[in-house]
Amino acid sequence: MLPIGALLAGCAVFSLFLLLQGKSPAEFFALVYRAGFGTAFSWENTLSRAAPLLLAALCVALPARLGLVVIGGEGAIVLGGVGAGFAGVLLSGEPAGVALPVMLLAAMLLGALWIGAIGALRHYRGVNETIASLLMAYIAIALMNHLVEGPLRDPASLNKPSTAPLNEALRVGTIPGWNVHWGLAFGVVACVLAWVLIDKTTWGFAARIAGGNVRAAQVQALPVGKLILSFTALGGAFAGMAGFFEVAAVHGSANASLAGGYGYTGILIAFLARHNPLAIVPVAILLAGFEASSGLVQRRMDLPDATVLVLQGFVFMAILMSETLYGRFKVFAPERWRTV
Amino acid sequence: METDLGYWIIPLAIIGGAIRVSTPFLFVSLGEALTERSGRINLGLEGTLVFGAMSGYALAHLTGSPWLGVLAAALSGTLFGLVHGVICSLPKVNDIAVGIAMMILGMGLAFYFGKPFVQPVAPDLPAISFGWWSEIPQVRAALEVNVLFLIGAALAVLLWWMLRATRVGLTLRVVGDSTDAARAMGLQPAVIRTCATAVGGAFAGVGGAYLSLYYPGSWNEGISSGQGLMAVALVIFARWNPLACLGAALLFGGAGALGPVLQSVGVSEGYYLFFAAPYVLTLGVLIATSSPTQAMTGAPGELSITK
Repeated sequence: MLPIGALLAGCAVFSLFLLLQGKSPAEFFALVYRAGFGTAFSWENTLSRAAPLLLAALCVALPARLGLVVIGGEGAIVLGGVGAGFAGVLLSGEPAGVALPVMLLAAMLLGALWIGAIGALRHYRGVNETIASLLMAYIAIALMNHLVEGPLRDPASLNKPSTAPLNEALRVGTIPGWNVHWGLAFGVVACVLAWVLIDKTTWGFAARIAGGNVRAAQVQALPVGKLILSFTALGGAFAGMAGFFEVAAVHGSANASLAGGYGYTGILIAFLARHNPLAIVPVAILLAGFEASSGLVQRRMDLPDATVLVLQGFVFMAILMSETLYGRFKVFAPERWRTV
Repeated sequence: METDLGYWIIPLAIIGGAIRVSTPFLFVSLGEALTERSGRINLGLEGTLVFGAMSGYALAHLTGSPWLGVLAAALSGTLFGLVHGVICSLPKVNDIAVGIAMMILGMGLAFYFGKPFVQPVAPDLPAISFGWWSEIPQVRAALEVNVLFLIGAALAVLLWWMLRATRVGLTLRVVGDSTDAARAMGLQPAVIRTCATAVGGAFAGVGGAYLSLYYPGSWNEGISSGQGLMAVALVIFARWNPLACLGAALLFGGAGALGPVLQSVGVSEGYYLFFAAPYVLTLGVLIATSSPTQAMTGAPGELSITK
């Protein structure tokens, strides 16, 4: 229940912040409700935005169960998207049944390699994974800019350099009966699978032991290195999958829109969900609703688009401060920071 | 006078660029070195830097004085540092995670309040020309050194001396190396760390003011490209030594200048890849200096990233 209290506390501080500027918090939250959850249309909009957030949050939550703070999921999303876009161009003549799985695999593989490399650096070289992951996110974005403006650029994309647009047949459609793309279903399934992995399998149990106390895990001869590599790589694969859906279901080609900040919102979601994959689903939908309402809030209340970022910052601070209220901790034990 | 420097222009421009680009690195890394010597890590300096850039630009625009802008940036940085310091003093709160949250909050607030200042023009900080002896315009341009860089360099020496030879420096080092030893001496580690984080935040704010008031010299939402974060890694590279921070900042500044310099001489191939040079360099340095088996030399004992 503490995370909900922290969420409310963060919203309360944000309300105070709005009041200080003579803006009405009641109007703000009413607009968020209307634009995010008020109608069937706004629900569809929110859920479409939630899809990449679910996957980006998993990229933070999975390594966090081992005590690693990996915050560079943005890099895996971006590279996954470029990989999927490029594979889609190469396979444009193939039937969707062949091309789409290959694109998805390419995206997941790139994401897994990118975040897995951070796990490997952590385990084999003792490199701090938080800083390394953020640096690698910047490198990934630079790589994407290089690729979509250079070797992979579609000459027809003038104002916004992109890879060649995907063949219509290779676009991922919507879930039947809904105007929400399949990324949502994949995201929810990924969260459930991650929960099963962590809570119901021996491998996940071993990871939780290693996350709780590395020394204890080593005494039990648990393969700490393999755990770190597999969890970071899996998280990266999910982030790469988010990139695939952004390209195949939303944008239709890989371009700079991929670096849309999903990776960073994912960090907040994972922390709010206390790195529990099942809790990620409602939290991601809630934050997606906030983001979906950003446009309406800007127009109606004359607030800058950074308003949602401010709200996220306050909520994030509140959730971290609430950590001090817990009796015991899973993620933030100091032993975890000691080099393995 | 027309002088054809040919490809000599590249090293020259890199030296000039290194001095220009390194100043924010220098200030953030000095602040971070101070904070980390007290045993805490503040990853939120990226947010502080961006907010410092915004508040400095805003106040310089409103008052017409760039130095008041720098002061505002330092004050807002102090405030951000205080918040980080106080929250991290609560038991069981993780300083790295709070840093990430402060980064998001700092950027959010900066973009929120900075929206009206994207268009207006603010006065620049003054620079001193050390190139008067040369007739070549490129040399003159390269040796145009901003006052803040000189202040930063002087601060590096001062901090180095302070940590080495003064009571304040010794107190800071004791707190950073062993909480228990500090307590035994009757010191209050939480208070000292909060102060060190606040001063570190002030430095980062000044670094941000340099970005918006001198180079690149305007305020927009893309003003920082991770300098605040790279500076954290740079401190590790500099082994928590303020003098080494100066050298490391110049090196990173040179790497950061590579992209624009090559573009200015017409090399457009792989332009974005050169932009990644500072990040690759930072990562390379981190990999080279980390070790899975032993603590880093010179590392404060209480620092969470090296324990």
